[in-house]
Amino acid sequence: MSKRTVEFELATPGLDARGRPARTPLGVSAGAAVAAAPAEAEPDLGGDHLLLNIGPQHPATHGVLRLVVELDGEVVVRCIPHVGYLHSGFEKLGEYRHYNQIIPLTDRTDYLSPMSNNVGLALAVEKLMGIEVTERCKVLRVIACEMSRIISHLVWMGTTGIDIGAFTPFLWMFYERERIYNLQEAWTGARLTTSLARVGGMMADVPDGFVDGLRAFCRNFPTTLVEVDRVLTRNAIWCARTQGIGALTAEEAINHSLSGPMLRASGVPYDVRKDRPYLDYETYDFEVPVGEHGDVYDRYLVRFEELVQSTRILEQALDRLPDGPLNVDDPRVILPPKTAAMTDMEAMIFHFKQVMEGVPAPVGEAYFPIENGKGELGYYFVSDGTAKPVRWRIRPPSFINLSALSKMAEGGLLADLIAINASVDIVMGEVDR
Amino acid sequence: MGLNAAQTAPGQGSRVLSSLSPNWLTTKLDFLVNWARTSSLWPMPFGTACCAIEFMATAASRFDLARFGMERMAFSPRQSDVLICAGRLPFKLAPVIRRIYDQMTQPKWVISMGACASTGGIFDNYAMVQGIDTVVPVDVYVPGCPPRPEGLLYGILLLHKKIRGETMVDGSLRQERPLDATGLRLPPEVVDELSEPFGNSIHQTRSA
Amino acid sequence: MNPSVEALRRQFGPTIGRAWVSCGDTIVHVDAGRITDVLRWLKETPGQQYDYLVDLTAVEYRDPERPLEVVYELFSLERRVPLRVKAELSKDRLEIDSAVPIWAGADWLEREVYDMFGVTFRGHPDLRRILMWETYAEGHPLRKDFPLRGRFSRAEQVRQALGANPEAHYSMEELSIADAYHELPEDMRQRLARGERAVIAEPERERAGE
Repeated sequence: MSKRTVEFELATPGLDARGRPARTPLGVSAGAAVAAAPAEAEPDLGGDHLLLNIGPQHPATHGVLRLVVELDGEVVVRCIPHVGYLHSGFEKLGEYRHYNQIIPLTDRTDYLSPMSNNVGLALAVEKLMGIEVTERCKVLRVIACEMSRIISHLVWMGTTGIDIGAFTPFLWMFYERERIYNLQEAWTGARLTTSLARVGGMMADVPDGFVDGLRAFCRNFPTTLVEVDRVLTRNAIWCARTQGIGALTAEEAINHSLSGPMLRASGVPYDVRKDRPYLDYETYDFEVPVGEHGDVYDRYLVRFEELVQSTRILEQALDRLPDGPLNVDDPRVILPPKTAAMTDMEAMIFHFKQVMEGVPAPVGEAYFPIENGKGELGYYFVSDGTAKPVRWRIRPPSFINLSALSKMAEGGLLADLIAINASVDIVMGEVDR
Repeated sequence: MGLNAAQTAPGQGSRVLSSLSPNWLTTKLDFLVNWARTSSLWPMPFGTACCAIEFMATAASRFDLARFGMERMAFSPRQSDVLICAGRLPFKLAPVIRRIYDQMTQPKWVISMGACASTGGIFDNYAMVQGIDTVVPVDVYVPGCPPRPEGLLYGILLLHKKIRGETMVDGSLRQERPLDATGLRLPPEVVDELSEPFGNSIHQTRSA
Repeated sequence: MNPSVEALRRQFGPTIGRAWVSCGDTIVHVDAGRITDVLRWLKETPGQQYDYLVDLTAVEYRDPERPLEVVYELFSLERRVPLRVKAELSKDRLEIDSAVPIWAGADWLEREVYDMFGVTFRGHPDLRRILMWETYAEGHPLRKDFPLRGRFSRAEQVRQALGANPEAHYSMEELSIADAYHELPEDMRQRLARGERAVIAEPERERAGE
C-alpha cells in the first residue's frame, strides 16, 4: 500500500498560541456596524471577584435562604447568609395565645419533624407548671419523638442526595416518609401539622393497628437503609464530594454553639437525650454516633446511624408501652373526656374554663431542651401568672447551626458550598420563626 | 406575537387578534392550544414552608405529578407556566415573589397553595402578607394547612378547567399588569379590605 | 441552687445581684456593665467551665416598670450543669457589651435580639437586622408597645415591602467595609449599625412587562 501523508492542524481552533481566544474582526462588507479593529488582547479577567446571589428562591438552598457569595473563579472568598425570608412572628404570636393554643404554632416551625416540636413544647409547659405526666404518655412521646427524628433525617438524606446529584434516594426516602405519614395521620388526623401533644398529655391515644403498623415499619425500614448504604456510603462520587468538605474542629463547633449531628460529627459527644435526659431516655438502650473529622461525610454517617438507633428505640418503646391512663388526672389542666363534658356539670365547667380562659401558669420561667433531629431544640417560657406567656422563646438549632456556614464555606469551591449548606440540615421555618 | 406595553392599553388585545371575532376556527385552535397547555404545565415551585413539603410529597412517587406532565420543575421562572406559591409569604419575601412573577413569560398562572398563601393563615401579624393576591394575581386558591396532596391535585385540575375555558380572542388574558404608580397591585382600600381579620382572628389579639 | 452562684459572689461581689431558682433552673442576675467579665470568668475558670452558650435572648415584661432583661443560657458540657445569667437594662438605654469575643455563636443571636428588641451590642462585628429587612421602619417587633399587626396599615406594609430592593446585598465596597470594621471611625460604625447602606443605583428601565 502506498503511504499517504496527512497533515493535521494541532492548534485548538479559536485560540491563539497563548491560549487566549482569537478574535476575528467583524467584516465591514455590509457597510453597517463595526469597523474592523485589529485583534485586541482580551481584557484580563483574572483579578475581579464575582458577587453571586444565590436565592432566596433556589432549589438547593433548602427553603428561602439567601447566600451572597463572593467568588474568585470557583473559590468562595466570602459567603454571607441572609435569613429572615420566612420570619412569621411566632414568638410574638405566642404572647397572645394560651399555652395549648401555642401547640399548633410549633408544628409550623420545624415542619419536617412536627411531633417532636409538639412534645417539646408540652414538656416545657409542664416543667413550668410542675406537672408530671403518666407512664403511657411518656412512652408515646418517645415514640413520637423518634418517628419525627426518622422523618427529619429522611428528608435530609433525600434532599442532600439531590443537591450532590443522587436523585433516586429522594424517592425512596419519601416513600418511607409516606409510611410514617400514614401512621401520623391515623394517630392525629393530619399528615404534617399534627398538634399532637397537650399540656398534661396527648390529643388522643393511638388507634388500633398503630402499634402493628409501626412494628411493620421498624421491620421493613432497615431494608431501605441497606439500599441507601449500598448506593451512597462507599460511592466514589459521594465520597469525593463530601469527605474533607466543610470540616469544623470540636472547639470551633462548641464555640459556635452547634448542636445535634453537626456537633457530634465534629467529635463532641453531646446529646440532650443522654446528657440532660427527659422522658426516661436514660432507661432506653441506644448509642449516640459521634464522628471524627467534622466534615460533610461524617455528618452523613452520623445521621445515617441515628436512623438505625431511632429504629432500635422505637422497637424498645413499643415493647414497653404500658396500659393505663394517657392524660394526667387533673381536669383543671387538661380537657376532660368529651362524653364527660356532655353529661357531667363539673366537667363541662372545667372544659369551659380551659377553653375560654386558658390554664394559668405560676409566676416563673423554665427552659426545656430536647434533642430534635436538627439539634438541641429548646423552649424558654417566662410566665407572669396568667394563661398567656410573657415571653416564648424557641431556641432554634437550625438558626445557630447555620451561623457557622460562612466559616465552613469560605475557602472552598462553590459546589462544596452547596454540599455544606445541605449538611447543616436547616429548615427555614425554624431558622426564621 | 409580542404584546408591547407601549402599543396596547390594558383591556385591549393586540391589533391583530382584536380584529378576529370568535368563530369555528378560533374555537378549534383554542381547544388545541389549551389542551397543549394543560397537558404539561411546568410548575415554578415557590416553596417556602410546610406546604412545600406537601408539594414535594405530591411530586414524589405516591401521588406523582408526572401523570399531569408537571414533573419538570422549572426553577427558572423564564421556563415555567404556573407559579405555585406553597407556603407562607412574609413581607420580606414579597418583592421576591413579585419579581419571580414578573420574570415569568406569558402564558402564566398562579396557584396559591395553602391557607397562608391564600389569606395569611394563622399568621395575622406584623410579618405576614395576608394573602399573596395582594401581591400577584391568583388563579386558583387551594385551602388547607397544609392541603393534602389530593387537595393540591384537585386545585391543579381546577386550573386545567380554567385554562380550557380560555380563548385567544380575549387578549386581556395574556396582558401583563405591572405594579401601578403607587407601588401596589390593587388600590390600598382593597388591600386593606382583603387583609382584614376575620373569624377567630378578630378576638385573638389580647395579650393576657 | 447551682453552687456557681456562690463562686460568682466570692469572685465578683456586688456585681452579682439576686439569684433564685425557678422550676429547677438557677438564675443569677448580673450587673450589665460587667457582663462580659462574668461570662468570660464562667467560661474559662476550671470548676465552672460553662463553655457552651445554649441561647442568648431578651425578655420584656408586661409591667412597664420592670427593666428589659438580656438572658444568657449557659451549659457546661464537661460537668453537665446549666446556668442562666441575666443582665437588666433600663429601657431608655438599651446597650450592653457583646459576647461575640467569648462565643462565636453569639453573633447571630445578638443580631436577632437587636432586631427584635432594639438592644445595641457594643463591639459586635456586624450589628444589623437579621429577621426583618434592614430598612424596616416600623420598629422592634417583640417590644410590648409594638402591636401584633404592626404600626402601619396593611396597604402601607405591602407597599413598603414591595418597594424594597430584592437585590440589596453587600456591594464590593460593603464587603470590604465589613472586613475593616475595627478600623472604621465611630460615627461610621454607628451609621452601619443603624442599617444605613450605600444605595445601589438601579438601572433606569420601565417596570412594565419586563
